[in-house]
Amino acid sequence: MATLEHSLPQGEAKVRQLPMEYSSDEGRLRIFGFWTFLVTDMILFSCLFATYAVLDKHIALGPRPSAIFDVTGFSVETMILLTSSFTSAVATFAMRRREKSTLVVWMIITMLLGAAFIGLEASEFLKDVHAGATMEASAFLSAFFTLVGTHGLHVSFGIIWMTCVVIQILQRGITPITSRKVFITGLYWHFLDVVWVFLFTVVYLIGGMY
Amino acid sequence: MDVTPQTHPEHGLRLPIIGFVLSILLTVAALWVTYHSHLNSAGIVTAILCLAVVQIAVQLFLFMHVLESDDVPWHVLLLGLGLILVVAIVAGSIWIMTFHTEAY
Repeated sequence: MATLEHSLPQGEAKVRQLPMEYSSDEGRLRIFGFWTFLVTDMILFSCLFATYAVLDKHIALGPRPSAIFDVTGFSVETMILLTSSFTSAVATFAMRRREKSTLVVWMIITMLLGAAFIGLEASEFLKDVHAGATMEASAFLSAFFTLVGTHGLHVSFGIIWMTCVVIQILQRGITPITSRKVFITGLYWHFLDVVWVFLFTVVYLIGGMY
Repeated sequence: MDVTPQTHPEHGLRLPIIGFVLSILLTVAALWVTYHSHLNSAGIVTAILCLAVVQIAVQLFLFMHVLESDDVPWHVLLLGLGLILVVAIVAGSIWIMTFHTEAY
């Protein structure tokens, strides 16, 4: 902590206006580093999207996309994830106002919405598999399960990660270090929402037209 | 250490709430265009991809504070590079593999 205080910029009005998570060089560097990770993760998803876009009509003897996509199901999943992105933004807002209990409550709401999303996705996958639409049935289904499943794994990891951050907030309060962690998990969560918007559009809406 | 609350005026709840309403409206619009509009399939694809891009802008600017930085926001340049790579990978793959499909 002493080193953090030491590295606080002195007398720079522009820097002082910035929120707490930017108050140390390390905090700023880690936030930049996390943006770098998001860009690489974006490239990972783009490869899976490219595979899906190329293979979405290669159904072999398996079902067509429109035969297995449930419009109500994926619309509800989308609404839940968009809402959780909003609650995550509210959590960041509460953090910047130093409202610890409000922050924790909104983070828990975000995680519960994330868990509801994962639950719906898992039941969708199970229903597909029981109907014979397994990963090995066609190139389309391989691409579909890999792309949507990779996103689902990211969301699951996000819930575990956020749980750890909530525990740290409860133990240590809102400090430059925990506020940076809240901000970064928030960025991660919004990023997963961005990826899902493209999944919703490309996989479910455009893919479902066939 | 300075412990007074450090919030900018623009960090009020107004922007996230606007973002939330917009994100829900954009999703409903995409569903309506796909299932209830009378556009042809190329029109539907173009319209919902445009809606997705607006949706991303909502997330980036209203939720992720993408331009926020103590100095030049270098990560924005990095995001630009990422975008170029993503477009190259996706458009390139589709373009190459279209010939493969036609040769079937």
